Amino acid sequence: MADTKPEITIDHIGKDYGELTALSDVSFNIEPGEFLAMVGMSGGGKSTLLRMIANLETPTRGQVLFNHQTREESQVVIRMMFQEDRLLPWMTVLDNLSFKSHDTTQQAEAKKLLHLVGLDDYAQHFPNQLSGGQKQRVALARALMSHPQVLLLDEPLGALDALTRRKMQDLILHICEQQELTTVLVTHDVNEAARMADRIVVMKHETNYAEFTGPADRHDAGQVGVVAENVLAAILHDKEELNA
Amino acid sequence: MQKSATLSPALPPKAKTRSFSYKGFLPFLIPVLVVVIWQLSSSMGWLSSNILPSPWAVLQDGITLTKTGELPKNMSISLYRATLGLIIGGGLGLILGFLNGMSNTARLLFDSSIQMVRNIPHLALIPLIIIWLGINESAKISLVAIGTMFPVYINTFNGIRNVDPDLIEMGKSYDMSNRQLFQKIIFPAALPQVLVGVRYALGVMWTTLIVAETISANSGIGYMSTNAEDFVDMETVILCIVIYAILGKISDLVAKSFETLFLDWQTLGRSGK
Ligand SMILES: Nc1ncnc2c1ncn2[C@@H]1O[C@H](COP(=O)(O)OP(=O)(O)OP(=O)(O)O)[C@@H](O)[C@H]1O
Ligand SMILES: [Mg+2]
Repeated sequence: MADTKPEITIDHIGKDYGELTALSDVSFNIEPGEFLAMVGMSGGGKSTLLRMIANLETPTRGQVLFNHQTREESQVVIRMMFQEDRLLPWMTVLDNLSFKSHDTTQQAEAKKLLHLVGLDDYAQHFPNQLSGGQKQRVALARALMSHPQVLLLDEPLGALDALTRRKMQDLILHICEQQELTTVLVTHDVNEAARMADRIVVMKHETNYAEFTGPADRHDAGQVGVVAENVLAAILHDKEELNA
Repeated sequence: MQKSATLSPALPPKAKTRSFSYKGFLPFLIPVLVVVIWQLSSSMGWLSSNILPSPWAVLQDGITLTKTGELPKNMSISLYRATLGLIIGGGLGLILGFLNGMSNTARLLFDSSIQMVRNIPHLALIPLIIIWLGINESAKISLVAIGTMFPVYINTFNGIRNVDPDLIEMGKSYDMSNRQLFQKIIFPAALPQVLVGVRYALGVMWTTLIVAETISANSGIGYMSTNAEDFVDMETVILCIVIYAILGKISDLVAKSFETLFLDWQTLGRSGK
């Protein structure tokens, strides 16, 4: 069932690195087509969870299910965009998108996606001829190759200036809506999380500590600000402290 | 890898040619000056031809030996030994480097032994090899092979071990097969380091061959030089040294052209877009 939007079930996931417990017991669902943001302190296990969803890391405990099936059974296509662009410097931009095979459908697909991210003119450039923002757009286009159903974004915009960052946010939102992707965004920026996500999960104390619903209207800066403040408070203070 | 038509240099053509010819001339300045001063000193009688014959005399000696066929014969036998030795040694180094770089089992099995053997200066093996193989071709070719294997091995091995794990993780997240990972990521990432090893091996190749041919041979440039020494034929001794210098330079140019051929992506970005 590769064509339907998958529901992702994170089922009592835990991860230990030797003595260190990166995640103790995490359980939540990601709805089909949902845009979920994950925020939390540095070292809170966000990347670890994302990498387990992408099957790049095996959980110590628990499992990740896609429409109640394992990754292999469901054959869902998951793509990840990393904080660094991770482009292959020895390949042109076009080859970086179609590096898995050079057949004409792949090439056509790659060109279409380069157009989508506004880089038609850069197909034959090498990555180190591009700016940081352009590289991240290439990385985004690459993540969209072969029609993924799930897009995982690990702080992909962290290194960009405010204006480029805002433009990239809008581009990502546009693409995720248009392609009906199930998206998980990890970010350090609570405003970015509040503006982009349908739902925000706060990772803390090795687990999913709190949850917030995104603003009703993401174009309303006031609403976005309120959600962002609430999220920030949850990251910084424990519930007891807040009640005291 | 395709090159883009839009990558034409940003400099205006005039400025480009000027800076190019100036830069192209500089490397030759010192060699030309040395030869001119050398020739002048000889012509003015400041330098006795018993100590150092003039460049002109060396050149004439070269022409005579070319006409008799002695120089081409010895040069081609030396080139043959050098090339074959490098292909065998470099090939082995490359295979072992890739094998140990990719497979932990192979690395545990071979690497520490190789590291141990590597510390023996390969020229110390000359007496042993002469006893085993005599002074025939295989002795000299084996020496060159042993000498060139290690730099290629070490650099290939390190090149592979140092491939950015983030890039490999990226490849895995795109469901690349092991073969694709090797072809598209590991090999191109290790290539610059591999070529450093090859370039270094080319230097070792000539040094080894000169020593081997000087000690035990009846043909080759090294032999020509020892033979000339017996007859106090200074022109030929100097000629051989000059030929080594030229051969060394040519092999370095070949190695460099490999780098520009395979690693064009490294230099392209620096000119900026
Ligand atoms: N491969 C690994 N080996 C050992 N420890 C690891 C490994 N990967 C992560 N960790 C540890 O697990 C914990 C969670 O790391 P993780 O990278 O998931 O945090 P994060 O929330 O993504 O942090 P950041 O916001 O800084 O990216 C950290 O304490 C980290 O040191
Ligand atoms: Mg992280």
